This record gives sequence, C-alpha cells and structure tokens, in this order.
Amino acid sequence: MPRLLALLLLLSAAPWIAAKEAAPAAPDPVIEERMMALATELRCLVCQNQTLADSNADLAQDLRNQIREKMRQGSSDAQIVDYLVARYGDFVLYRPPLKATTVLLWFGPLLLLAVGFAVLLRRLLKRRAAEGTTVSAADRKRAAELLVAPPGEPR
Amino acid sequence: MNRYAILIAVFVALLALLAVGLKLDPREVPSPLIGKPAPSFELPELHEAAKTFREKDMIGKVWLLNVWASWCVSCREEHPVLLDLAASGAVPIYGLNYKDTREDGLAWLKGMGDPYKLSIFDADGKVGIDYGVYGVPETYVIDKAGIIRYKCIGPLTPRIVKEKVLPLVQELERA
Amino acid sequence: MIPELGQLALALALCLALAQSVLGLLGAARGETVWMAATRHVARGQFVFVAIAFLCLAYSFIANDFTVAYVASNSNSALPLHYRIAGVWGGHEGSMLLWILMLSVWTFAVTLFSRHLPLEMVARVLGVMGLVSVGFILFILFTSNPFLRLFPAPPDGRDLNPLLQDPGMVAHPPMLYMGYVGFSIAFSFAVAALLSGRLDAAWARWSRPWTTAAWCFLTIGIALGSGWAYYELGWGGWWFWDPVENASFMPWLTGTALIHSLAVTEKRGAFRSWTVLLAIVAFALSLLGTFLVRSGVLTSVHAFATDPTRGIFILALLAIVIGGSLLVYVLRAPKIGLGGGFEPLSRESMLLANNVIFASAAGSVLLGTLYPLALDATGLGKISVGPPYFETVFVPLMAPALFLMGVGPLARWKKASLPDLASRLRWALATSVLAGLVLPFAMGRWGAMVALGLLLAAWVAASGFVQLYEKVRNASSGANSWVRLQSVPRATYGMLVAHFGVAVFVVGVTLVKGYETEKDVRMERGDTVEAGGYTFRFDGVTAVQGPNYAAQRGQIVVTRDGRPVTTLNPEKRVYRVQSMPMTEAAISPGLTRDLYVSLGEPVGATAWIVRVYHKPFVDWIWGGCLIMALGGALAASDRRYRLAARRPREQYAAVAEMT
Repeated sequence: MPRLLALLLLLSAAPWIAAKEAAPAAPDPVIEERMMALATELRCLVCQNQTLADSNADLAQDLRNQIREKMRQGSSDAQIVDYLVARYGDFVLYRPPLKATTVLLWFGPLLLLAVGFAVLLRRLLKRRAAEGTTVSAADRKRAAELLVAPPGEPR
Repeated sequence: MNRYAILIAVFVALLALLAVGLKLDPREVPSPLIGKPAPSFELPELHEAAKTFREKDMIGKVWLLNVWASWCVSCREEHPVLLDLAASGAVPIYGLNYKDTREDGLAWLKGMGDPYKLSIFDADGKVGIDYGVYGVPETYVIDKAGIIRYKCIGPLTPRIVKEKVLPLVQELERA
Repeated sequence: MIPELGQLALALALCLALAQSVLGLLGAARGETVWMAATRHVARGQFVFVAIAFLCLAYSFIANDFTVAYVASNSNSALPLHYRIAGVWGGHEGSMLLWILMLSVWTFAVTLFSRHLPLEMVARVLGVMGLVSVGFILFILFTSNPFLRLFPAPPDGRDLNPLLQDPGMVAHPPMLYMGYVGFSIAFSFAVAALLSGRLDAAWARWSRPWTTAAWCFLTIGIALGSGWAYYELGWGGWWFWDPVENASFMPWLTGTALIHSLAVTEKRGAFRSWTVLLAIVAFALSLLGTFLVRSGVLTSVHAFATDPTRGIFILALLAIVIGGSLLVYVLRAPKIGLGGGFEPLSRESMLLANNVIFASAAGSVLLGTLYPLALDATGLGKISVGPPYFETVFVPLMAPALFLMGVGPLARWKKASLPDLASRLRWALATSVLAGLVLPFAMGRWGAMVALGLLLAAWVAASGFVQLYEKVRNASSGANSWVRLQSVPRATYGMLVAHFGVAVFVVGVTLVKGYETEKDVRMERGDTVEAGGYTFRFDGVTAVQGPNYAAQRGQIVVTRDGRPVTTLNPEKRVYRVQSMPMTEAAISPGLTRDLYVSLGEPVGATAWIVRVYHKPFVDWIWGGCLIMALGGALAASDRRYRLAARRPREQYAAVAEMT
C-alpha cells in the first residue's frame, strides 16, 4: 500500500516535472499546414457554411483525414481537388473552377470596370466636344480691361 | 429612353432569377456520379463478417444501394418505404451500413425489419466518401452495366419511389 | 393583453402610414397645402404607434411571457435581462419589427429636421417613405407577426441561440438596420425629386447629411458584426464573404459611391441622373439584402428560419418599390440636364471614376453572391463562390480607388492639371514608396502584397496631410495656423478623417494577413508554446458554472521575455437549455497586436488541444472603420447644414430655381 501511495504521488507530480514546449497537435506539422491551407478553400458539405478546415462535423473530419492520407502518399493539391470534385462536384470548391460556365464570373468584374470606364470616357469626351465654346474678340477685349487693375486699386 | 430601358431589363431579369431561386434548394449537392460507373468496393457483409461483397457481383442486374445507419434519424422515416419496396420484389435493395458498429447495425435491422438482400459494413466511411455520401440516408439506382443512374438524397418517400425510382428501374430492366 | 395591444398598434401604424403616403404624394401632386402640412403630423403618429408595438414586444420578453410564440422560441427565464431585450430582434419576426422601428425613427427625424425644405419636397419624401412603411408593415402583419400566441403556453422558452448571447447582439443589429434603413431617405429624396421634376444642387444639399448619417451607421454596424464574429467564432476570422455579409456590404459600397456623387452634384450640379440612380440602387440593394437573408434562396450562417411565402412577399415588395422607382427614373431621367461642365481631367471626373470603381465593386460582389443561384436556376451546374473568389477580385478593384483617394481631393474642380498635381504630391509619393519598401522589414520579412498594402495606406495618409496642409496654408483668414485650422470647414475634416480611417483599415488588413501566426498544439499542464515573441503557458482547466451554462475554463499565462503580460481564460461552454456546446475564445487586445487563445478538444485525461494566435495590428481593422464613421459624423454635422436649418425656406427655393 505505501508503495502504491508513493507511486501515485510520483505520478501526480509528473506533469510538473515534465512541463515542456507543447507538441504540435498534429503528428506531421508540414502535412497539416498544407492540408489546412487546402481545406480553407473547400466547403464542408454537412454544415455548408463552414470551410472544411473549420468544421467539426464527422464527414469533415473524415475528409480531412483522407486529405492527410493522400498527401502522405504524395498526391498534389490539384490531384486531391480532382478526387473531391469527382465525388462531390464543383460545389465543394470555394474557389470556382474556370470553365465555360464560369467565365462570366471570373471576368465579370474586370468587364464591369472596363465598360464603366469606357462609358465614362465616352461621356466625358462627348461633353467636352459639346462645350467647345468660343470667346468672341469683343469679349476678350473686355475681359482684358477688367483684369488690368486701375492704378491705386487693390487687385 | 432605350438606353435607360436596359436598367428595367436587368432588374426584371434579376427578379426572375430570384423567383426561380425560391423553388430551388441551395443546400442540395447534386451528384457528379450520375452516368458514371459505380465506384468499386470490396466490403465485408454486416451479417457475416467473413464474406465480402463487391459491386461487380451485381453486374447484369438492376439494383438499389441504400446508405443507412442506426444513428440516423431520417432513416427511420424511410424504412417502411424500403420494406414495402422490398416486399413488392420490384428491385433488389442492398444496404450500405455507414459509419456504424456491427452490434448497433444488426440490432437496428432486427428491431426495424430488414428490407435488404444483404447489407455491407462500411465502418470508416471510405466507401461512402467514394460514393459522395454527405447526408444519410441516400439511395442509388444502379443499372446492369454498373452505371449509377439516379441518386436520391434524403429519405425515400412513396412519391419518389412511384414517380422516379420504379419507372427508371422498369426502363433499365428492359434495356 | 399586451401582445394584442402591440398588434393593434401595428395595425394603426399601417393606417397612418397609408395616410402618410396618400397625403404626401397626392397632396404634392395636387398642390394641397393642408394635406402636405398634415403629412408631417401623420408621420409622427406612425412613429408613435410603431414604437408602442415594439415596446409591447419588448415588454413580453422582459416579463417572460411565453404565451407569445416568438418569445417562447427566442427567450428563457434564465436569460439575463439585457439578452432578453436583445432577443426581441433575435429571430425573423422581431427583427422585422426592429426594421420598421428604425424606418419610423428616421421618418420622425425627417419631420424634425426639414423645416428649411419646401413643403412640397418634404411631403413627397414622407409620402415615399410612407409607401415603404406600408409595404413592410403589411409584410409583418401577414407573414411575420411576432405577436402570435401559443396555446398551451410552454413552461419555459427555448432560449436565445447561445451564439447570440453576447454584447454584439445588443449593438450590431440596431446599428446595421439604422444604416440599411437610412438609405431609404436618400432613396425617398431621389424619388421625390424625380416626381417633382426638379433635380438640382439644392436637392443634393438636402439629401447629403441624411445619406452620410446612414452611411455612418452602416459602417459601424458592419464593423461591429465583423468584430463580433472575430471574438465569437473561435478561429479568429473577421470576414467570410458570406451571402448575408455581402448583403450588407453591397449597400455600403454603393452608399460610399453615393456620398461622393452627392458631393459633386451639390457643388457643381453635375451628374445628377447618375446620383439619383445610385440612390435608388443603394436602397434596392438594402431590400435585396433583406430578401436574401429571409427567403432561403442562399445558404448562410446568418439566415433566419426561411419560408417561401415570406420570400415571395419580399420579392413582390422589391418589384413594386424598386420597379416603380426605376420606371419613374426611366421616364424622367432624359429630362435631367447635364449640369455644370468639366474637363476629362478634373475633380469631377476623378469622383466619377471613383464611382465607377465602387459601383463595379458592388456589382462584383453581387455577381459572386448570385452566380451560384444563376447557374443552378438555369440548370448549368452547382458551384460555390467563396472567399478565394472575392479576395482575388476585390483587392485589385480597390487599389485604384485608394490611389484616387490621394489625388482627387487635391484636383481642382472643373479643370485639373496633371503636372501641378504631380508636383504637389511628390513628397507624399516618395513617402509611400519608402513605407512600402522599408516597413515590412520592421515586421520581420518583406512581401510584395504587404508592401503594396502599406504603400497604398501611406499614400492615403500622406496625401491627406498634404490636403490639410494646403487648406491651412491657403486659408484666407487668420494670422496664425491655429485660427486657420479652425477655419477649415468641418466637412473637410470629415473627409480627411474618413480617408485616414481607410488608411488605418488597410494597414490592419495588410499586416494581419501578412504576419499573423497560429499554433495548434497539444498541451499538458505546464507546457508552453511560443508565438509572435510571446510565451503561452497552459495551467490546466477547471469547471465553472455560468448563469445559464456550464463551462470548462482554461488558464493560460502569457509572458514576454520573462515578464508577465496577461492571463487568458478561454472556455468551452455548454448552454443548458439548448445543450449547445460553444467555444469562447480569450483575447488580449492591444494597439499593436491581439493575443487570441481558444480551447480545442480534450485529449486523454489531462491534455487539451489549444489554439494560440498572434495577430499583429488586427484591431486597426475595426479602429479604421470607427475612424471612418467618425469622419462621416463630422461631415454630416457641418455648419452649413445646421445653419441651413435656420434659413427661411423661400430663399432656398429661389436659389434652387436659378441652378
């Protein structure tokens, strides 16, 4: 009994003795970082409004494990993405792929800006052309007179 | 006038889009596997762990693969429909017990009834992932060549069976 | 009794809103002075009854009246008082009531601060606002009644969603709605001006302080939402490009374009038709946002319990309100003149370019938000559009806007000279380039994106100083600088402060994205982990009890170079009623960094997964937003608006006629 007590005391003191730099939560930090970077661009299909990286759903954990597994086996990010898209469709990607159906999506903003500036420029130049005013010679003379201050008066 | 009418046109298009959107379900994930071969698997059976079952065993037959689990609440809704369908003999139903324990799965079938010709046991869910399972229950209709023809996400209802599943099965049987 | 009183008050408010619209719009159309004068009083009456209805619902919450279905699903007797009050807007029905409360508050404000406006204008503005009120009160009474009773009454409520039991819930929705709804005033002014056929510089001057005030509230509302998500959700994100977030961001972008456009229309009478369109579009986007959040058309973390009937109603409302105003616009716009002329290179053209950029930005956000729906509706597939898309697209759009922010205020009206601008800005440019090249090293390492961000932020700040310096130097009055500083109009300070706020915001975003550190570790008692130069020591977890939850509370002691910094207590809570587990992160905020700790899952008997973040300058993000809002408040309270309130109406009418 006293030996058991001593053992228990020793064991309870162990954490303090063993205090150290904490180990990374994941066994392989390099793969983990790569997996999380990929997972933040993927949608969790169960919660649907969280990324695969943030979700705690069972399926999310399973898929994260699958991704880790595939990375360990040497698959590239693109191959893993293809793997998931083959099973779940484009819906799982938060970065929409560039296809015929998404060309408008990816180039839309640039198009909007370009069209906006084109319309703006056209209006500005048209406006300037419309306002080409000419000043008559008589008006010029009058203006010149007005601009020259008579002596003694402040300008 | 015609320059500004573009605004009205764009606005009406937007309204039309939103109106159509009201009828759609933004959460449904359509399967990219429709029209593609059923992913291959080799899994132990639920009732007899020593025996394995492969999707290749079903080539030449039209069949249903139903993904279920004892912890799944919606599966209870669907179970009577499956029992009826199995009793009618229209199409063989095979079960995929997804991320469950053997005891729980067997106990569930014993209590609720077993509509399946057999159930296979997918403990870690890997086969489920291959089939794009994200929300149990899900049901696949697979044809004689082993191609997936239809996926029902969520519990089967008598209406879906009558309007989608049975007509498709009959069509595939004739082919 | 009280809930029925509330419902009755709402019905009465509906009648008054209807009267307000009829008296206002018909009165103005027919020149009936008595009707137009009465509109003000009727509008005030509407506010009183909406306020009564709101107070009735609030009373039901405070008194724990679970016979009211809405109270039963959003409250609980153990819920602390301030959350019972916040629970009023915790669900769809109550938040709609908050929406119209805000609308009636703004309406009331318009009745108070419009003495200097022509009666016809005020009547029309109130009339249009009355129509919007009618639409929304009908929506509430027919599809979203918060006063419905529940029989038999449950013994206790289902509790407010634990995620919402937070100070953020008390402040964020009211501020946000004040902003959203405030754009209805700019909208009403625009439609009223279109209806009267008189769109001039005076209209812009009247409209401007209201629009700027609404913009201020929206800025604060969005900032609060972002800050709340940051500390609540446990992984330190602060913007997710979620559809509902986008729904509030689009009016903000359009509103920013609008306040700049109004500046030009007020000063130079130029691009009036574009400004009017912006006002209509800003409010249209507010209504669209309301639709998106409540119809179930898009999935979102924020979405309320959805119901297609509600979706159809709001869609109809959108169609009538915006379709109607667009129709009026299309009919009247060709008659609106060009206004003052200006050269292709001038302050006006730069402000117009700014408008194009912000409008494109708003359009891009709309495109990204609705594209998945468009593809699904046309059967072309199902995709997701998330942060990777928005970030790729948005940042390049905003960079030119930041550049213009430095140049625009220095450009002359009507005609600007490029060499002149270049020479005035050369030191600002040099400072910015230097900042971009050198500052990243101070943070640890150089990166191209960080350099660009810092360059742009420094550019905005430096050119802001040049602007202030020139204003003071050129001020006509005052012997010394102090007097001259005071002579600069408040609105100019508003602009400088708001732009400076943008620079602060950009610094925050750039540095946090460039230099934040995250460590995900497994900690036993006594273990340490290092992040950003700080050492975090885990001292174990204890069980604690809260008012309506039980929690596991961790203790993390933070030191730097051996000196103690702070102690952090992250928690993992389980709220009793809904049995919902929640992670409460512990944050040590600071001017130059946030230290952010959250508990993961327990591992084995004694260890825990702990996530530790060092986020440099992250508080500059919300600090920048608040500074922007301060700038807006300064601009909206400029002396000329307050003086104008005292000037007789007739003088304005005369001035308006001349332009």
